[in-house]
Amino acid sequence: MRRESFAAADPALDTGWTEAPPRKGFFTDGSICIGCKACEVACKEWNGIPEDGLSMLGMSYDNTGALGASTWRHVAFIERRGPSRSGGFTALPMVTDISGNDHAAAVDTAMHWLMSSDVCKHCTNAACLDVCPTGSLMRTEFGTVVIQAEICNGCGYCVPACPFGVIERREGPADARNVGVAQKCTLCYDRLSEGMTPACAQACPTQSIQFGDLDELRDRAERRVAELHAHGVTDARLYGADPNDGIGGAGAFFLLLDEPEVYGLPPDPVVTTRDLPEMWRAAALAGAALLAGAAAAFLRSR
Amino acid sequence: MAECHPVGFQWVMEAKARGATVIHIDPRFTRTSAMADFHVPIRAGSDIAFLGGIIKYILDNEKYFPEYVVNYTNAATIVNEDFIDTEQLDGLFSGYNPKTGAYDNTSWGYEGMEEAPAAGRRLFRAGRETSEPGGHELGGRGASLPHSVVQRDETLQDPFCVFQILKRHYARYTPEMVEQICGVPPDEFARVCESVTANSGRERTTAWVYSVGWTQHSVGVQYIRGAAIIQLLLGNMGRPGGGILALRGHASIQGSTDIPTLFDLLPGYLPMPRAGVHGNLDQYLASIKSDGQKGFWTAADAYTVSLLKSWFGDAATKDNDFGFNWLPRISGDHGTYQTTLDMLDDKVEGYFLLGQNPAVGSANGKLQRLAMSHLKWLVVRDFSLIESATFWKDGPEVATGEMRPEDIGTEVFFLPPAAHTEKAGSFTQTQRMLQWHHKAVDPAGDCRSELQFFHDLGKRLREKIAASTLERDAPLRHLTWSYPVDETGEPDAEAVLREVNGQHLTGEKQGEMLSTFVEMKADGSTSGGCWIYTGVYTGGVNQSARRKPGSEQSWVAPEWGWAWPMNRRILYNRASADPDGKPWSERKAYVWWDERAGKWTGHDVPDFQATKAPSFRPEPGIGGPDGLAGDDPFIMQSDGKGWLYAPSGLLDGPLPAHYEPHESPLRNAMYTQQGNPTREVFPREENLTNPSFPESGSEVFPFVVTTYRLTEHHTAGAMSRWLPYLAELQPEFFCEVSPQLAAERGLEHLGWATIVTARTAIEARVMVTDRVVPLTVGGRVIHQIGLPYHWGVGGGGAIVSGDSANDVLGVALDANVLIQESKAASCDIRPGRRPTGPALVRFVEEYRKRAGISLDTGTTRFTPPDGGA
Repeated sequence: MRRESFAAADPALDTGWTEAPPRKGFFTDGSICIGCKACEVACKEWNGIPEDGLSMLGMSYDNTGALGASTWRHVAFIERRGPSRSGGFTALPMVTDISGNDHAAAVDTAMHWLMSSDVCKHCTNAACLDVCPTGSLMRTEFGTVVIQAEICNGCGYCVPACPFGVIERREGPADARNVGVAQKCTLCYDRLSEGMTPACAQACPTQSIQFGDLDELRDRAERRVAELHAHGVTDARLYGADPNDGIGGAGAFFLLLDEPEVYGLPPDPVVTTRDLPEMWRAAALAGAALLAGAAAAFLRSR
Repeated sequence: MAECHPVGFQWVMEAKARGATVIHIDPRFTRTSAMADFHVPIRAGSDIAFLGGIIKYILDNEKYFPEYVVNYTNAATIVNEDFIDTEQLDGLFSGYNPKTGAYDNTSWGYEGMEEAPAAGRRLFRAGRETSEPGGHELGGRGASLPHSVVQRDETLQDPFCVFQILKRHYARYTPEMVEQICGVPPDEFARVCESVTANSGRERTTAWVYSVGWTQHSVGVQYIRGAAIIQLLLGNMGRPGGGILALRGHASIQGSTDIPTLFDLLPGYLPMPRAGVHGNLDQYLASIKSDGQKGFWTAADAYTVSLLKSWFGDAATKDNDFGFNWLPRISGDHGTYQTTLDMLDDKVEGYFLLGQNPAVGSANGKLQRLAMSHLKWLVVRDFSLIESATFWKDGPEVATGEMRPEDIGTEVFFLPPAAHTEKAGSFTQTQRMLQWHHKAVDPAGDCRSELQFFHDLGKRLREKIAASTLERDAPLRHLTWSYPVDETGEPDAEAVLREVNGQHLTGEKQGEMLSTFVEMKADGSTSGGCWIYTGVYTGGVNQSARRKPGSEQSWVAPEWGWAWPMNRRILYNRASADPDGKPWSERKAYVWWDERAGKWTGHDVPDFQATKAPSFRPEPGIGGPDGLAGDDPFIMQSDGKGWLYAPSGLLDGPLPAHYEPHESPLRNAMYTQQGNPTREVFPREENLTNPSFPESGSEVFPFVVTTYRLTEHHTAGAMSRWLPYLAELQPEFFCEVSPQLAAERGLEHLGWATIVTARTAIEARVMVTDRVVPLTVGGRVIHQIGLPYHWGVGGGGAIVSGDSANDVLGVALDANVLIQESKAASCDIRPGRRPTGPALVRFVEEYRKRAGISLDTGTTRFTPPDGGA
């Protein structure tokens, strides 16, 4: 596969759809997520995902743990006292309060509880899709990445391929659907096909999960970051919104209030198949060299 | 709010996006704190000291809204010279009787009103009689006064005017005292004071939002009073963006007080008649209103007669007092906790539980379960087999041997209900707004709505007594009980709403729906099941079913649902205009006087007589609505003013004063009087109390414990612990402790802890978190332990279970409304799991011995002056 630019202009068209609606995605604004987990529940309800564990994890209020075969939307809680890793200001006044306190100049000693609402990134350059041998993983007309469970053979190649650890093979319970098959967020492909909003975004009470055309979402997110910066929340930043990053930009991107590592996200994610063509070339070269050497040896021995 | 009302919190987030500052004052650091501009941790049970400190700040720094305070509140009103404040009596107001633990409030009255308020008003509280009504009964009004002629000093200088009394009462509520009692440092406290006052006045308003963290205290009503004083001083009542907003635990708690499930109320906040007091309708009405007072309560006769016409139809005639004597009478406290104790004493045979799980959700779980084991029959209507339905075979007392299934004769009937999506009806939310919900799907199997269940039950009971001539059966025989039903037997819920609305019964409008309660008559020519709801069916249309999008109407959105009374979205909104009827500011314009048209107008329905000019002054002595002056915005108050000082209506004082919780590890730093001297206590073996000052032994229970909810569960868990997607989000009962307490007591994160009180001991997983901070209170470090109360032991088929937080709480009540103090108590905590079986009983017994707990511990309301000696 050869691309002129690493960032595809439109992954749907790029994959062979001749007609495609504008690319769809999520903008998850972590500054207004209240951690209610309505998204997690709505996702499980709509997609018929089984309950997957009744133990207390001690990770603040989160007992879900991580994205996986039976968790397609996940909200984690990060407890932190004081300033962020980069020393910026995280407290969330939307404006300077009228008592005249200048928050930006203040020293941040407050307790923070960051809400980390995570989901499949629906990468522009999706390694899971690249490595799938059966074609089960597909690019939809909406530019999203979806697993077709009935085609998946459960080989699991996609699991280590994902730079975010999103995909997982469902191991149980035995009576659940799609056991033994790789599972992840579909961006509610079935709902999208009917012109509906994905379940998690529909359930979100604060519009922290915004669904729409990716171009428009990116514009909106840029404005939101600028607004937060103007009000002194210097830590606000986007994650996955840049089409020139290591995955060609994510279809589902985020507004964070601290370094990505604090949220358990890789700071500079790279599509794991980026170097594959290079590797194949190197391997071919090595193979050729080996062959040449063998031939030479053969010739010499003659 | 984000924690327990995440859907409603979207509006707070929207306000924040528009520039609102959000302050969170709470012992816990919650999802709300995470979203707030700042969080102020406070010791549970100390809020009156905090609010009193704000009141002092407002008064000392002249931050109040002078025109509002002078004209719209009772700041200028002169109080009886016999009134003596807590400052002189070291924590008591004048009129206290240490023997009964109750006040005679005669001395609290306004000057010139020395005579007792309207005759025949007596209230029973757990065997004690007090002279005044209070609590829920006053849910729709202030207490009545004999007349409205008051003496006022509008310079606010008279030493006996309310304003000066307020100043003296809060003189010692300094920032230092706030720190000493609440554990809030002065700079944090100052930030709250500055933010709140800077955001109040002509151009801006501040709202206070509370929930059961304020109400579930032995002084809960006075917490809200504290906020009321602040809001009145700052001019934040009756104006957009202002107010004091109660968040409810369920979808229609407001509705269940409007059309009440409370023992002492009839619909529309009419009081329940009392045995031996209200022999006839006239006696009853005389106790609700006095013709000399101002306001709309003087029409209580029309509201009562219309209610009786709704219930008894043609059988209600003038000759038989419209069936008034068919109403039951109350003879004492029949509140939920008194009823529980009466069960224990075998005075109650049967009990209905509808969406309620007292074995888990009520204070002192063991007391609840023991009490229910004395019933002959128990009906449980719930989605699943809750602990209250199965306690007799799998409750904690069966494990300890305190209860044996073979000894329990309670017959439990478990009946499946329909969910809200499976039936039609209305919810009334906290803004008094009725919103109709339609049935989406038929209920499964044998599930039935409450409406159908009670309609059927009524029909069957009426069949049984159809031939009866007994007087006691007359109320049931005469009840109007014919509602149209569909093919499944489900009554038409809109027919009930129409009955609630009321109609003209005679004359040319016969059969037409009433459009306002002003049309109600006392002569039997109108009906109406709840006068404040009249208008919800105006024009024969279900107004509560309106769903016009916000984008298609004004910002007040009057065409979304319907709010009582008369679709007003903000009560007392006359106060949004100045005394001359002009908006206080363009920014906060809401309703105003249109001079040319000669009437009130604005964005909302004016909460005032439409054509009464601001300059209107009544002749002295005129009562009722006509007695209201053009600048009396609080039209349901008997003097038309907002009450900074409550001359009647409260059982525990005209002003909020700080008392320690019923159980506290600390001595009251403000007064010698330790706890609320009027609180309800129940000294019983099943309800022992931890010692507090001046008793010895309080050091055995050195920590503060508070209970609360998590987003992931609903109350006692019946609607969440049985659902996999919710249960997995919070699978186990845990306690939240600070790292400091964990170190002090050897508690390990994710390990187990045992929490002990005089009642019992429970075990919980440990969550050590920086979100809990130790507070320095009175020079001493005080640790607070947080317990979410969603789990229970037993129950049929719950996906997750665990010990119940409410088991460690005792029953002590606010005298005004009989609510339990479940937000602040004392406890001990130790690492490891609790003993099981009979060893648990011995373990708790050992604690009781060590603390010297007897039946009397904690039950002496009055703290003698030498209490500390």
